[in-house]
Amino acid sequence: MQASTLTKTKQKTWGGGGVKPLDAAYGKLMMWFFIVSDALTFSGFLVAYGFSRFKNIDSWPIADEVFHHFPFLHGVNAPMYYVALMTFILIFSSVTMVLAVDAGHNNDKNRVAFYMLLTIIGGAVFVGSQAWEWKNFIKGEYGAVEIQNGEILQFYDIKKDKRIPIDEFAILQSQERITHDDNVGIWYQSEVQLPEINLDEVMTGFNNDLNLTVRLEKLDETGHKIILSREEAEIKLSSATRVVKGANLIRNEYGNPLFADFFFFITGFHGFHVFSGVVINIIIFINVLLGTYERRGHYDMVEKVGLYWHFVDLVWVFVFTFFYLV
Amino acid sequence: MAKHEHKLEIFRGYLKFKSNVQKIWGVLIFLSIVTAIEVALGILKPPILMNYFLGLKLINWIFIILTIVKAYYITWDFMHVRDEKPFLKNTIILPLLILIPFLLFILLWEGSYIFDVMLDGLKEWDFDIY
Repeated sequence: MQASTLTKTKQKTWGGGGVKPLDAAYGKLMMWFFIVSDALTFSGFLVAYGFSRFKNIDSWPIADEVFHHFPFLHGVNAPMYYVALMTFILIFSSVTMVLAVDAGHNNDKNRVAFYMLLTIIGGAVFVGSQAWEWKNFIKGEYGAVEIQNGEILQFYDIKKDKRIPIDEFAILQSQERITHDDNVGIWYQSEVQLPEINLDEVMTGFNNDLNLTVRLEKLDETGHKIILSREEAEIKLSSATRVVKGANLIRNEYGNPLFADFFFFITGFHGFHVFSGVVINIIIFINVLLGTYERRGHYDMVEKVGLYWHFVDLVWVFVFTFFYLV
Repeated sequence: MAKHEHKLEIFRGYLKFKSNVQKIWGVLIFLSIVTAIEVALGILKPPILMNYFLGLKLINWIFIILTIVKAYYITWDFMHVRDEKPFLKNTIILPLLILIPFLLFILLWEGSYIFDVMLDGLKEWDFDIY
């Protein structure tokens, strides 16, 4: 029987039995294979984003106009700075992770724990920043109007030469709201939420101020959004159907609905990876504190979660480039 | 542990480090510089880089190349691919290197084809008042 050879292995592992193909531990090898497949998943998503973008190359929203918020600097136009900060936070947490792995190779329990803690904090800060970014995106800033063919029209002040939020020029009117009950009207229609500013109010405000015009989704040759003349704007607006504020999966004030869909899906999927990475890091951190790996004699588990964590960082580098820079 | 040996040089031996910890910080500084260049270019948007080259703006080519450079140093130094056996390196890198450009090429090509069809192929997509 060959079973006797198996009993000679020094450590009990649940797979591989101490055999190390390619000089890598079984778990590490499997983590690498998972990362390769996950990398392909993410590239599928990003390539799909690229496909939709190339399909609508002349009307894609401009990222700098969408993401320009910075905490505590309300109203300041600061494109890119916040995502750059988020990128830096994630790269830094990657560094603390690799330092934890390095300390693990030296069997230095306290330093492993310290660097793991820093990594967890970095990850948590990143997820929080992502949530703040989503909040700004969903809430919106300027507001826009959707017309019959689904186009989004943003408002523009010719005199001040800048975009104008709808709540600045809309003329609010008091109106009676009638509750839609089941017994009146069509049974399958339910009460819908009204926008803060309705279409009539925006249109009255627009007609009142002759300096206003609209900006199309379409880009001109230099990559700027086309601004219509007042007369053209009035014709376009005559088929307006609703006011759009902020973003959801169906429509958004920034332009093409696919832009918001891909933003929610890809950053959401990545954010979920970061979140699960933080949870796994916490589990390993507790194990480090309990001395599990010190008794085991090696910190291979730290190395494995480290690989996953670096991968999450790696994906963000690409998301950052394709959503915010390009 | 003797088995955790690290190759302590980057840029093909141009930059050598004394310890692994030192190398990690060195790579962090390099990655930060690359990110700073990307952000600076993204904010300044120099007009010279707005010209098109092979279907993309020059600035976007620079962004993509810098991203791949960053990805290289994250995998090679943070994920320790530099220290792995060549066969393991290839097992990880080759599938990605073959499949991703392939997928990228066919879908982007198809995307711009559909754009052309929508632009010139049919009389009218926009059933608006125009």
